[in-house]
Amino acid sequence: MEGFLKSGKLGENPEKTMIIMKSKTKKPKPVHWVEKYRPKTISDVVEQTEAVNVLEQCLTGADLPNLLFYGPPGSGKTSTILAAARQLFGDMYKDRILELNASDERGIQVIRDKVKNFSQLTASGVRPDGKPCPPFKIIILDEADSMTHAAQAALRRTIEKETKTTRFCLICNYISRIIEPLTSRCTKFRFKPLNEYLIIERLSFICDKEGVKCDDATLNALVETSNGDMRRAITCLQSCAKLNGPNRKITIESVLDVTGVVPNIWLFNFLKVCKKLNLSKLQCFIEKIMFEAYSGSQILDQLNEVIVNSDDFNDKQKAVIGAKLGEVSFRLLEGGSEFIHLLDLGTTVMKAYAIA
Amino acid sequence: MLWADKYRPKDFSNLDYYKEQAANLKNLTKDGDFPHLLMYGPLGAGKKTRIMCILRELFGPGVERLKMEVMNFITPSNKKLEIMTINSSHHIEVNPSDVGIYDRVVVMDIIKNVAQSQQLNANATRDFKVIVLTDVDALTKDAQHALRRTMEKYISNCRIILCATSVSRVIPAIRSRCLCIRIPAPTEETIIEILQNTCKKEDLKLPSELAKRIAEVSNRNLRRALLICEACKVEQYPFTDNQKVPEPDWQVFIKKTADKILQNQSVETLSKVREDLYELLTNDIPSDIIFKTMLGELLKKCDASISARVVEEAARHEHRMAQGNKAIFHLESFVVKFMYIYQSMMQEMFAEF
Ligand SMILES: Nc1ncnc2c1ncn2[C@@H]1O[C@H](COP(=O)(O)OP(=O)(O)OP(=O)(O)O)[C@@H](O)[C@H]1O
Ligand SMILES: Nc1ncnc2c1ncn2[C@@H]1O[C@H](COP(=O)(O)OP(=O)(O)O)[C@@H](O)[C@H]1O
Ligand SMILES: [Mg+2]
Ligand SMILES: [Mg+2]
Repeated sequence: MEGFLKSGKLGENPEKTMIIMKSKTKKPKPVHWVEKYRPKTISDVVEQTEAVNVLEQCLTGADLPNLLFYGPPGSGKTSTILAAARQLFGDMYKDRILELNASDERGIQVIRDKVKNFSQLTASGVRPDGKPCPPFKIIILDEADSMTHAAQAALRRTIEKETKTTRFCLICNYISRIIEPLTSRCTKFRFKPLNEYLIIERLSFICDKEGVKCDDATLNALVETSNGDMRRAITCLQSCAKLNGPNRKITIESVLDVTGVVPNIWLFNFLKVCKKLNLSKLQCFIEKIMFEAYSGSQILDQLNEVIVNSDDFNDKQKAVIGAKLGEVSFRLLEGGSEFIHLLDLGTTVMKAYAIA
Repeated sequence: MLWADKYRPKDFSNLDYYKEQAANLKNLTKDGDFPHLLMYGPLGAGKKTRIMCILRELFGPGVERLKMEVMNFITPSNKKLEIMTINSSHHIEVNPSDVGIYDRVVVMDIIKNVAQSQQLNANATRDFKVIVLTDVDALTKDAQHALRRTMEKYISNCRIILCATSVSRVIPAIRSRCLCIRIPAPTEETIIEILQNTCKKEDLKLPSELAKRIAEVSNRNLRRALLICEACKVEQYPFTDNQKVPEPDWQVFIKKTADKILQNQSVETLSKVREDLYELLTNDIPSDIIFKTMLGELLKKCDASISARVVEEAARHEHRMAQGNKAIFHLESFVVKFMYIYQSMMQEMFAEF
């Protein structure tokens, strides 16, 4: 009885819950496009050719080195390895892959036990259906940059000891957070932020499939703010398509709203206020931007663009402001208060105006 | 019940401002592909109100039957944690930073629990549950990293609504997984309008001059405006145009502290200031608000010759404060630095005479 209650509640009895869900949802469930259009095979992966080439060779029988994928969010790291694993192992996918991410406990003990246990099981070179498959297992350590250095150190030995049966694939956003002895044991692949035109291509493809109308200018606006992050672009696309209700026509206004772009007038006014060299006016102005809830990092990105292209500053002034922009952007990422650091930037711009 | 809670709009049709956005949000809830959300905006802008409207739209009035529940967790190092949650049968709300640096454990356990417990109720309108995480900008980096893959993995039966004041503190990988919704603070005019409406519902007559003054001191924080208005009513009714509008205690307190610093830059002042800062922190005034308010007060009295330097030092110290976990040290060391800069300025001014 208790077991029943428990399994019912925790969903450990998938069949049962499946039936309930099926009987309820007759029509196909609308899904998130990010998941729906996640590459199924590695040839679906846009760009990232180096990693794709190595994996393709592995598909044709070559050995696989230990891998380290690094790069910004939404550039395809997780998708690439998952797609490859599916292709390599087919139905045996579940037995051959161990995926550990930052949400799992990954202290030293876990690395020692879980990883060891998993890698010690031998892996044969044929699938149950007789087809050949690589004689090893893959351990995917997603978000490896959030592992403690101690755990990374423990991993070092494990990787060496288990090379016979196991390949590792480490994935992270920041390679600097991975200790050198680990990076040197892996073949490194940098996943670049995706090119704008490639994202546009993919988005138009999705628009076609989903029956969404979206003109080029709008797609451009969508992609411009995604900073090469395909996931962000797709999420925004789907949201815009829904926000406007059933007619499925995406307008440029809704795109700007969803992507959090700061209207240029705010940036020009920021510089204008700085030029007046009046600190209390500047304080008021920054306060006002904060009330609008524009993101500090977005303001910095756009301001950088404006200043670089501005004729109002000479090179020396641009250098002074540029240095501060870098510092402020770093400090914001580390959790600094937007008001104080934008004020700091403002006073620097004021100084730059004064040295003209 | 406080007016701020009593008259909190319960569904989209009652929202008084940003109606267009409300219509958009409503569209978002229509199908099963409701995304993860990140709502961001200043205090009292209406984030929480909108989240509740979304939940109601998704699940119906059931989300208003709220229970408070204490949940227990055990950290990997076997420390026992307790955290207060507010939940209905469709959603659960927590503020993970209530447990400080152990927030990762809470975030992970809650998501896994919710994701694994299916909605067994056959006539449930949705096959997912919602987790509302508040104060996400206060989450440790560790907890934020832990959210990344989890948000993707369990998306089919669990959606997350994140609520933050400053989106810059949310790591890009999480922003990439959410639909980010900006909630600007209401303008003073909007606040005046809502104050008037609220008073009408309470059968009170609010003079427009007073409404204007309340809106001004509220810092475009609607909740604060409503609280102040209610306090005014307790103080004196019928209202008059020029009755006193109380400022928040902590704000008055910080002003006084700043005055001490400006009057006399000495070791004795410093020890008094330290006591003041402790007092503020123990009363749960967030350290970044203390810092910002204090800086504002100090800058009012600074000559243009030093203000840029003061701001630069403030930024340096505030950044360190955000990284460390002993706010008091950094606040204090900024005060010392300020005293030094200010005193040098005064001496130079006198030397010129
Ligand atoms: N190179 C790509 N080709 C095709 N689709 C991509 C590519 N990169 C990202 N995408 C899309 O973005 C989504 C997220 O990609 P993925 O999970 O691989 O990102 P990631 O690089 O692992 O990001 P993170 O660092 O945030 O974990 C995928 O579901 C897919 O729809
Ligand atoms: N659209 C609205 N119309 C009327 N009152 C609102 C509206 N939005 C918010 N409020 C009021 O403002 C107060 C603060 O809103 P809240 O959602 O708690 O802000 P936040 O979560 O952004 O701090 C609420 O108590 C509510 O009474
Ligand atoms: Mg990933
Ligand atoms: Mg709130």
